[in-house]
Amino acid sequence: MTLAPVRPYLAVFRARFQLLLQYRAAALAGFGTQCWWGAVKVMVFAAFLSGPVASPMTLRQALDYIWLGQALLTMLPWSADPELARMVRSGDIAYERLRPLDTYAYWYARAVARRTATPLLRAIPMVLTAGVVLPWLGLARWGLSAPAGLTAATLFATSMVLVVALASAFSTVLDLLVVVTLSERGVNTFVAPFSVVFSGSLVPLPLLPDWLQPAMRYQPFAGLLDSPLRIYSGHLTGLDALAALARQGGWVLVLIAFGKALTGRVMARLQTQGG
Amino acid sequence: MITVNRLTKTFRVAERQPGTWHALASLVRRRYRIVDAIKDISFTLGDGELLGLIGPNGAGKSTTIKILCGILEPTSGHCEVGGLVPWRERVRHVARIGAVFGQRTQLWWDLPVVESFDLLRDIYRVPPERYRRTRDELIARLDLERLLATPVRQLSLGQRMRCEIAASLLHEPRVLFLDEPTIGLDAVAKLAVRDFVKTLNQVRGATVILTTHDMHDIEALTERVIVIGKGTILADGSLTALRRGVLAERRLWVHFTGEPPAVDVPGTTVRRRQGRSVELAFDPRTTSAYRLIAHVAAAFEVEDVHLEEPPIEEVIARFYAQHSVDA
Repeated sequence: MTLAPVRPYLAVFRARFQLLLQYRAAALAGFGTQCWWGAVKVMVFAAFLSGPVASPMTLRQALDYIWLGQALLTMLPWSADPELARMVRSGDIAYERLRPLDTYAYWYARAVARRTATPLLRAIPMVLTAGVVLPWLGLARWGLSAPAGLTAATLFATSMVLVVALASAFSTVLDLLVVVTLSERGVNTFVAPFSVVFSGSLVPLPLLPDWLQPAMRYQPFAGLLDSPLRIYSGHLTGLDALAALARQGGWVLVLIAFGKALTGRVMARLQTQGG
Repeated sequence: MITVNRLTKTFRVAERQPGTWHALASLVRRRYRIVDAIKDISFTLGDGELLGLIGPNGAGKSTTIKILCGILEPTSGHCEVGGLVPWRERVRHVARIGAVFGQRTQLWWDLPVVESFDLLRDIYRVPPERYRRTRDELIARLDLERLLATPVRQLSLGQRMRCEIAASLLHEPRVLFLDEPTIGLDAVAKLAVRDFVKTLNQVRGATVILTTHDMHDIEALTERVIVIGKGTILADGSLTALRRGVLAERRLWVHFTGEPPAVDVPGTTVRRRQGRSVELAFDPRTTSAYRLIAHVAAAFEVEDVHLEEPPIEEVIARFYAQHSVDA
C-alpha cells in the first residue's frame, strides 16, 4: 500500500470536496455574476484593443485571459476557510489537535478541496458558455478560443496543477492567520485586494505599466492566474513559459515552508495560551 | 497508566480598567494578570480505572483534561499517559486516546453520521476489517442504526452525544476522556450514556477520566473521585470516604400516626417537620440506627420510618463551602 501514509489526508480532501460540490445555488449565482462581469470586461477591452494599437497583448489573447480568469475566479485565495473560522470561534479547533495528523498537511488537504471543488463548479459552466455557447451563437470572436496549440495546452495543464498547489498553500496561510487573529474578517479584508489585483484578475498583468512588469513577474500572486492564462493564449511560450512554471513551483515551495513554520509557531502558542 | 506530577498551568489574561481612557491606554501598553488554572496537580491512575473529576466551574478540570489530551502544554510539572508525554509526542499520543468534550463536536457538521465515522476510520488509519467490527458493535450498543444517514446538524443533543461517544471509540483507544458528556442531556439519554460508559470500563477494561457537574454520574460510575477547587486537588478518594469526611450524618424520617409530638431523642437533632413527619439527623458513628428506630418506636405512636443519607449534591456543596470554593 503506497498510499498508506497519505490515506488520512486523502480522506479529508475527499470528504471536503464532496461537501463543497453541493453548494449549487452559490455556484449558480456566482456563475451569473461572472458572465456579467466577463461581458463587461470583454466590451471594455474590445474598445481599447481593437484596431491598430500597439499593445503588449492582442485582443484575442486578452479575451481568453478574461474568460478563463472569470472561470477560475474562485481559485483566488481571497478568504480563509469559513468552516475553520467557525471552529476557532466555537473552540472546536481543539479537536483538530486531537487528530493523529500533521496539522499543516491536514489543513492543506482541506484547502486543496476548497481550491478544486468550488472552482470546478464555476469553471465548467463558464468555459462551456464562453467556449461553446458563444461560438454557437455566432459570437466566436468574442468568446473563448482553444489553447494556442498542443504544447500550450500541456504547459497550461501543468501550470494549473501548480495553481492549485499555490492557491492551497496561500489558503492554508490565511487559515493559520485566522487562528492567530481569532476572526476571519481582518485577514479577508487585507488579502482580497492583493489577490484580485496582483493575480491579474482585475486587469491582465501584461497590460499594467512597463515599469511595474519586473515586479509583477516575480510576485507570488502572478502564479495564481496570470501564468496559466498567458500560457493558454500563447502569450508566454517556450522558455518564458517554462520560467513562469518554475516561478510558480518556487512560490509553492516557499509558501509551504512558510506555512509549516507558521503552523509550528501558531500551534505552540495555542498549546501555551489555550483556545 | 497515567501519572500526573505537580502539573501547573498559568495563563496570561489581558485586562484593563473600565473606561475610555483605560481602553486607549491598553492599546499602548497592555496589562496582564497571571492566572493559575491549575497548581501542583498530582495523581496516578492505573489501567482500567474510572476516575471522576469534579469541581466548581473554573476549578481547572477542563485544563487538566486538555493537558492530558495533548492540546495544552503545562507551564511546569510532568505527566505521562501510557508512557508518552502528551504535548511532546502529540501525534502518537492522540492516536491512542479518545475524547469527548460535551460542549463541542468532533463530528463533521454537514456530513451524515456514517460518513463522519468513515472519515475517522481513515484519519486514525483503522484497518477496514477491525473498523467494521468496532463500528457495528458501537452502533448496536448505542442504538445508532437509525441515525447513521442523518447529517449531524439535524441530530438532537442526546442523539449527537451517543454519536460523539461512538466517534471517540472507533479507533479503540485505551484511554477515554469524557469532559461533561452528560451536559444538557435528558434523563433517558443520561442513563444511556452512563450505562455505556460503565460497561466500557467494566467489561472492556478501558481507563476513563470523566468530568461532570452531575453528581448522579459520579455516584453511578466512579469508585474514585478527585475534587478540584481553585486549581488544586482538595480530595482524592472514594465517594464514600468523601461523604464520611464531610457530612457523615444520616437522617431518619419518622411518620407519626397522629399529630407529631415534641420529639427529643438523645443523639439526634430535628432537621425538619412536615405534616405528620419529622426528620431527625444523627451521627452514625455515635448513634446506631437500629437502636434509634427501636427507641422511637417504643416512645411514640409511629406509622412508618425510613433512613436516608444526605444527597450527594449537598455533600459536595458543603465540601466546596468548607474549602471556600464557590460552585
